[in-house]
Amino acid sequence: MSLELVCPAGNLPALKTAIDHGADAVYMGFRDNTNARAFPGLNFDFAAAQEGVRYAHAKGKKILLALNTFPQTATWSRWQQAVDMAAEVGVDAVILADPGLMRYASRTWPQLRLHLSVQGSATNYEAINYYHEHFGIQRAVLPRVLSLAQVEQVVKHTPVEIELFGFGGLCVMVEGRCVLSSYATGESPNTAGVCSPAKAVRWEQTGNGLESRLNNVLLDRYEANEKAGYPTLCKGRFEVEDETYYAIEEPTSLNTLELLPEMIAMGIAAIKIEGRQRSPAYVEQVTRVWRTAIDAARRNAETYAVQPIWAAQLGKLSEGQQHTLGAYHRPWK
Amino acid sequence: MKLSLGPLLYYWPRDTMLDFYAQAARWPVDIVYLGETVCSRRHEFRTDDWLKTAEMLADAGKEVVLSTQALIESESDLKMLRRLADNGRFLIEANDMGAVGLMAGRPFVAGPHINTYNPQTLQILAEAGAARWVMPLEMSRDMLAELLAQDTSGLETEVFAYGRMPLAFSARCFTARRHNLPKDNCQFRCIENPYGMTLKTREGQSFLALNGTQTQSASVYSLLAALESMSGLVDVLRISPQPDNTGEVVALFRAALDGASAPQQAAHELAPLLPEPPCDGYWHGRAGIEQTVAY
Repeated sequence: MSLELVCPAGNLPALKTAIDHGADAVYMGFRDNTNARAFPGLNFDFAAAQEGVRYAHAKGKKILLALNTFPQTATWSRWQQAVDMAAEVGVDAVILADPGLMRYASRTWPQLRLHLSVQGSATNYEAINYYHEHFGIQRAVLPRVLSLAQVEQVVKHTPVEIELFGFGGLCVMVEGRCVLSSYATGESPNTAGVCSPAKAVRWEQTGNGLESRLNNVLLDRYEANEKAGYPTLCKGRFEVEDETYYAIEEPTSLNTLELLPEMIAMGIAAIKIEGRQRSPAYVEQVTRVWRTAIDAARRNAETYAVQPIWAAQLGKLSEGQQHTLGAYHRPWK
Repeated sequence: MKLSLGPLLYYWPRDTMLDFYAQAARWPVDIVYLGETVCSRRHEFRTDDWLKTAEMLADAGKEVVLSTQALIESESDLKMLRRLADNGRFLIEANDMGAVGLMAGRPFVAGPHINTYNPQTLQILAEAGAARWVMPLEMSRDMLAELLAQDTSGLETEVFAYGRMPLAFSARCFTARRHNLPKDNCQFRCIENPYGMTLKTREGQSFLALNGTQTQSASVYSLLAALESMSGLVDVLRISPQPDNTGEVVALFRAALDGASAPQQAAHELAPLLPEPPCDGYWHGRAGIEQTVAY
């Protein structure tokens, strides 16, 4: 089985860039809170989605559409319409998290391919097989919490294709099982498609340094020589028993380039690059490096090694310029 | 409305747990949830201890439900899950879709960590065997009312009504991280924090609580003052165990439910028993950390 490179696009230029530089598939969302990157100015309306699908299909590539938030009773019809729209636009798969929506999609559009979103929180094969048996999902994106040995167990016990996150922002919590953002702001990825929403962020230069607040909760305070990152709730510095540190997670990015041969050997179907909110220039750089790396690993896994130039190029793009193997590497836990 | 005692979210010494459940047998709760939902490494109570405690509470007239882990990662986690699912005696609380699948139509409770946000999903759970569901923590009263207005499943609805809220799960253990220990050699340090470890902002605001792989609210969610807004919607109120005064908290909820005291009065009496300031924002459609009802 080949390893598919799945790249992010927040707009048409990013989508085209990803296709042009080696993505096998591009994932995107509609321009509302039906997806987990519901940011102002981001994402696709019907016409842009149509153009994206046309562009990708002309080059033999795929478009995946994320509909991975949980519809509420009062707004259910918006998600249902989004499924209909995705099918009509002709995307190659929709990425869903809500069981109710999976049933709707599987019954209304039986030909539409369904992927289980990372927001669906499936961390074991029993959960994945449940979604497969009941709604026919054909691929599952695993939360970024399993070690590689655990991932291998999942792959062995399910007929469903497995997609892993390879690069980009790192959720330290199980996706779909974290409401820290709504605890602080009222909006979470599950319900509103946002984590630590920008409208709740406030930066303030004070006598103590530059402070970042989320709905008035102090997330961090920076000295003049410190680089300040986007104030994601779980990546702030806090006090626990009188020690101040990154109590939950450092502002670091996931980078699994060195694990590529192992991932290919265990039969992973696809590698996902995080970052629909990032620029076309970012998408171009990351896609280029990952295309080169995947091709090298597939040509010869024995001699594969992460090239310094790849690491340097990706390093410049990473949050806080730090990298981690995350949960794939057991000691991280 | 019935009262339930939620699963113990913390790691307490065995004797403390035995003592806690001996007392709970005498408290005016209708349902007791037992079992480890947070971390498979915790072992002060083994499965047999849980089952013995379940028998003791059932003899005391309680409905007993065995709660299962929210984050199921390994084959041994699945083995434990299968053993509980097949116990043949007590109802199971499923907190993962893997558990829902394993129940294969046998009755279960869909726990708070199953994402049930609309009647379509609730119907699917009912078909899978759910007899009751626990509303997601972040859901508001209005969202619940809208859902139930369209619900045809007829399931009982339970609401997490008291305690530090379990807000997130991770593969990483934040307690071990605090002690610079790897998770595989955590030395079970979470036993030192019977109510989790409070995480404060750099200006001293109590914000979250670290409970092993689980992150909780530092504030104590309490819907005691909001009881009247639940009538016709909620069938079961869940009280989450805390190290001290859980029995007193149960008694105050019971008194308010039985009409022996007004909810506002009961909430007033609850205030001095709260280990941390209260919050109720989620129920009122606001940020969870907010407190909207004045005490």
